[in-house]
Formats: sequence, C-alpha cells, structure tokens
Amino acid sequence: MADPMPMTDAPITTVAPGWAIAALAILGVLVVAAAMLDGALAARAGGGPGTVGGLVRPFGEAARLMRQRRRTTVEADRLLWRIGGAGLLVTAALMVTVVPLGEWTIFDLDVGVMWFNAMDVMVWALVWLTGWGANSAHSLVGGYRFLAHGLGYELPLMFALVAPAIVAESLNVGAVAAAQEGLWFAVWMPVAFLVYLLGVAAFSVWGPFAPAIGTDVAGGARAELSGVDRLVFEAGRYALLAAGAAFAVPMFLGGGAGPLLPGWAWVLVKTVALLAVLVWLRRRLPAFRPDKFMEVGWMLLLPAVLLQDLVVAVVAVWRS
Amino acid sequence: MLSDIAFWGVGLVAVVGGAAVFYVDSMARATYALALSFVAVGLQVLFLQQNYVGVVTILMMVMEMAIMAVYMVMFMGMNPALMPMSMVHSNKAAIAAAVATFLVLAAGILMVDWPTRRGSPPADVTMALGEALMGPKMLVMAVISPVMVATIVAGVVLAAHRTRYDRFGDDLKQRPADDPQPGGVGR
Repeated sequence: MADPMPMTDAPITTVAPGWAIAALAILGVLVVAAAMLDGALAARAGGGPGTVGGLVRPFGEAARLMRQRRRTTVEADRLLWRIGGAGLLVTAALMVTVVPLGEWTIFDLDVGVMWFNAMDVMVWALVWLTGWGANSAHSLVGGYRFLAHGLGYELPLMFALVAPAIVAESLNVGAVAAAQEGLWFAVWMPVAFLVYLLGVAAFSVWGPFAPAIGTDVAGGARAELSGVDRLVFEAGRYALLAAGAAFAVPMFLGGGAGPLLPGWAWVLVKTVALLAVLVWLRRRLPAFRPDKFMEVGWMLLLPAVLLQDLVVAVVAVWRS
Repeated sequence: MLSDIAFWGVGLVAVVGGAAVFYVDSMARATYALALSFVAVGLQVLFLQQNYVGVVTILMMVMEMAIMAVYMVMFMGMNPALMPMSMVHSNKAAIAAAVATFLVLAAGILMVDWPTRRGSPPADVTMALGEALMGPKMLVMAVISPVMVATIVAGVVLAAHRTRYDRFGDDLKQRPADDPQPGGVGR
C-alpha cells in the first residue's frame, strides 16, 4: 500500500469485560447488514419482491420464525440438538473477542490466532450435532456432509493462518496487525488470503460449502430446525461469516491502518467490505461436492498454501 | 480467589464429563461428553498460564471427537449405534479394576515425599516446558517424526485392499484411475 501515513504503533489496550456487550452489538449489526444484503441480492437474482423488498425480507423472516411453532421429532436428542443449533452464535462471539478494534481488544491473548482456529474447529462439532440431534435421516446426512467438507478445508485454513504468524513472529492478533507496516499481508500472501476466505465460507456453511444444508437433502443439517432454533442457527451462520471477515482485517488487511479515519473506523470499514464480498460470492460460486472436495483440499489447496508458507518463511528469514 | 474457584469448577466439569462417558446411553453423547471433559482440561491448562498448550488441547480434542463420533457411531455399536445402548460391559471386573487403580494412585499421592519448589517459574512457562521436554532430545524427536509418519503411511497402504494395480490396471497405464469413489481433481 502506498500509504504515506506511518502507522501509529499504539499498543493494544485491553478494555473492561463490560465492553464485550459493545462487541456483541457490533457483531449483531453486521449480522443484520449481511442478512439484508443477502436478501437484496436474492431478490435481484430471483426477481422476487424487488430490491427494497429483499432488503427488509430478513426482518419479516425473523418475525415469522419467532412466531412459528417448534417442530418436534421422535426420539430427538434434544440436548445435543440445541447445543449444536445455538453454538454457532456463541462460537462467533468467542471469535471476535480476540479481534482488536483499532487499539482496543477485549481479550489480548498471546495465542489469539490459535484461539480463533480452535473456535472454528468447534463448528465441526456443532454442525454435526445439529444434524445428529433431530434424529432424522436427511439432517444426519447434512451433518456428515459438513464433516466431509471439514476434512478438506481445515488443514489448508490452518496453514493459511500460519503465514501471517510467521512474519509477525507472534500468535497475538494485535502483533500480527502491527507487523504489516505499509504492506498488507493480503498483498504479498495472496494464496493464504484466498484459502483463508474459502475457509471462512466453509465454517459458515456458506456458498460453495452449503451442500451440508442443501435443498437436495431437504435442508440437510437444518432440515428439522424450526422457529427460534432455526433463526438462531441462521444468525449463527451470518455471525460466523462476519467474525471471519473481522478476523481477516488484522490478519491480512493491515488492521486499523489507513489514512484520515481512526483505527477502529478502518477496522469496521474493511470488515464490512469483506463481509459484503463474502455474501455476494454466495451466488457466484458453484457448490463443492462433499465427496469430491477432500481431494481438492489435499491435492490442490494444501500444497499451494504450504508453498505459500515456505515462500513467506524464506522472505521472513531473508529480511531479518 | 475467584480464579481458584473457576479452576476447581472447571476441574469438576472435567471429571463429571469423563464419568458421563460411561453413564450416557448414546455413542454421540458419550463422544461429546469426552469432548467436554477435554475442553475443561484445556481451560485448566489456560489457568496454568500454558496458553498455547491449553488452546491447542481444545482445538485438537474437539476436532478429534468430531471425527471420533463418526467412527463410534459406525463401528462401536450394534451396527450402527443409532439406537440407545449401554456404554459399559464386564461391570464387576471393571469396578474391581477401577477401585484398585484408585487406591493405588491415592496411596501414591499420600505416600510420596513431594519435593518443595526450588526457584520460581520463568516468565514464559510454555517455552520452558518445551525446552524441558524437547531440548536435549531434539535430534531423537526429529528422527522419530518421519519414522512415525512412514509407519502410518505403510500401515494404511498394507491395510487398503485396493492397490495401484486395481486403480491403473495391470500395466499401470489405465487413465483415469478406476476408483469406486471418484476424487475431485480427476486423477
């Protein structure tokens, strides 16, 4: 980036735990914005209620789901089912605790990158539990489909997160953001960045990774989810997408660096922009078949991202 | 004080989660009870300032249990474990073994002459732990790793009933390969 303004090397301040409510509020606003954008894009693609109608559709949908009676199934494992459905939202909230908003962070963990990684692995368990809990064949198929995708995307995603950490010589998210003086990691680690974005779509069960909740298996993992359960599950997917976009900002897009605006504003601007791209991509990419994606992950993505790590490591050693 | 209570509370969750593995009646619940137990242990390790080890424990164990659940349901039950089933067998022998193990370990705790602390913990305990575990044995570890990977690959190759001759024909020239499950990159 030809950014003439030197990044102020402001140390990261840990704010009081009460500010977690503000972080949740921001995440909530991002979820609503993403749902509205998706509604508008859906309306434009499907010729439905028009763009304005599409924009407000999420609100109508939420109201409908809140009034809907809860569907029950025979011999459902209700405990695991509810944990799975509600867990996505919780996981997304735990992800954003380590993302610094400019100079403020809620949880300045020295291994924040690993924390994010651990949280995205939680999604494996949660989506499968959602599929398992309903005691319904289609929803169980959906759960297995997600794990099949998981085996393909998780390792490339992990090694994509390794690249910025190597250069920053730290697993602290704030330190990774601070290490990108003038040149964003997204610019000179494009493979890691793209694989990371693919991983975000994957752990949000989004776009090409949606077969786990596909219409060909009657809604897959969410087939039997109804009412508030379904609303929370869908909000959780949007929240994961938003958390993934927010985490990309300190990892690949320079954190709060930018001219004129303060750091926190740049973090939000970049997050919203990336989230919009991710939402838009939903209708632009074909579905990855779960039975075929693993080979793509292990034969293409993993070698590509390992090569990226090697290049990054060589550059890092050469620079020091 | 507060962190002491949290530490012991998490410890309780770990123990109860571990016990629940044998108490519940479904493979899915047993597997995820074990996952919960491991997550609690990971959180305890966070309290010991071993942040990296703690977070990695959570990461690896949740991932492993997600896969484990699939295999448990597939192989461990009455073909398959989609119905409620007992998680225990050979109860009397198991109780005897459990009580004997508990007594031996508890006696060990009480009878060992525990050393008093010398010195103080270093600033970076994770680094210190790594050096204590690996430091002088790095060469051994570096040699063992590829041997272990080779063993795993060899084991899978020997266990797989299809060979490259099944895939590529007797002269190894058949393209694309004849696979029951086609892959994603057209090998």
